[in-house]
Amino acid sequence: MSFLEYLQTDWQAVMNALLVHVQMSLLSTLFAVLIAVPAGILLTRHEKAAKIVLAVAGVVQTIPGLVMLGIGLLIFGLGMLPSVIVLIAYGVLPILQNTYTGIREVDRLYTEAARGIGMTNRQVLTKVELPIALPAIVAGIRLSVVYIISWATLAALIGAGGLGDLIWTGLSCYDTNMILAGAIPASLLAILAGFLIDLVQKAVTPRGMKTKKGEE
Amino acid sequence: MSDFINAVLEHLAVTAAGVVIAVLIGVAAGIFIARRPVFAAAVLSVADIIQTIPSLALMAMLMIVFGLGDLSVVIGLCLYSLLPVIRNTYTGITTIPPSIREAARGMGMSRPQSLLKVELPLAMPMILSGIRVAFVTALGTAVIGVLIGGGGLGNLVYRGIQALDWGMIIEGTVPIVLLSLLAQHFFNRLQHFKRRRKTNV
Repeated sequence: MSFLEYLQTDWQAVMNALLVHVQMSLLSTLFAVLIAVPAGILLTRHEKAAKIVLAVAGVVQTIPGLVMLGIGLLIFGLGMLPSVIVLIAYGVLPILQNTYTGIREVDRLYTEAARGIGMTNRQVLTKVELPIALPAIVAGIRLSVVYIISWATLAALIGAGGLGDLIWTGLSCYDTNMILAGAIPASLLAILAGFLIDLVQKAVTPRGMKTKKGEE
Repeated sequence: MSDFINAVLEHLAVTAAGVVIAVLIGVAAGIFIARRPVFAAAVLSVADIIQTIPSLALMAMLMIVFGLGDLSVVIGLCLYSLLPVIRNTYTGITTIPPSIREAARGMGMSRPQSLLKVELPLAMPMILSGIRVAFVTALGTAVIGVLIGGGGLGNLVYRGIQALDWGMIIEGTVPIVLLSLLAQHFFNRLQHFKRRRKTNV
């Protein structure tokens, strides 16, 4: 049976797997952003805590995805929930790091000028620091999303479903069509997500920073 | 115990093989696109797309072509390592101030001489940092190799997950985390060593 015939007969299964995959990735990304961006902002206000948290985050990031999922399985059991928790936990790290460094690298000239014209701390954050750091934050989100989509395929191992299920089943019964039916949509999904976030990143780069780059 | 040591060594060997091949290809490609900027965007986006492909998907597709075993894992790790090496070689060379390159040419160096004696040494810290990123990422990704018949620490982790055995998972993970930290430290030292010598000259 050729790959196209396989797709025709099992179209529904592939679409369902894709849908589960997208849901799982979106949900994890959403929570990761909601946790990591405020946490990153908070860290810029507490230098000592930042050093420790970022050092720990650096070590946690070297733990392989399969291991993290295994730990999730041992603590929370089988299913989609443990996978989503693990995906969130891992997705938080790149966004946290980029939010922190993005805001830290805002030139003091700008924040001092903002204070000088009478902005409150909150205004400095929302009107000066965050807009300048936004491209860096979005770059962090791109990293996280690509990781999350990648790890979500592994999450099939602990019963989360999604496109990884097709790859897994295909690998264990050596069904090439099934492997491709999982692997190709998963790859396209990750590439598409990366591309879309690149567009967002261009859109959120402040106008002043864009022209500066063009002149260089 | 000897099983464990073998697993660690095989893990290191598979990772190193993939990264070394990637460095050979990546540095050459990086130099090429630094010389011919027309191709830069195309080469970098191809490497970027390869890295975006989920690791399990890439490994599974490679398995179809190259069969079960370490070969497919090495090829997969090599493909994943290309982007950081190419990008850092390219940025390392293109961010050298033109005045330095012109001085090298002015002294009568040929283009290969200027590349070998001036540009590559100056770009080296950047290239090393690319290799570091590639190596640390590959150490973690190599774990997935177990699913397509590769050896290494992935076996311990995978068996641990199937047997719901904490001990085995930890036994497989601790060496990977330690090796990653060690590699980071090693490459950082190397990078700073280079930098110190550079400023002395």
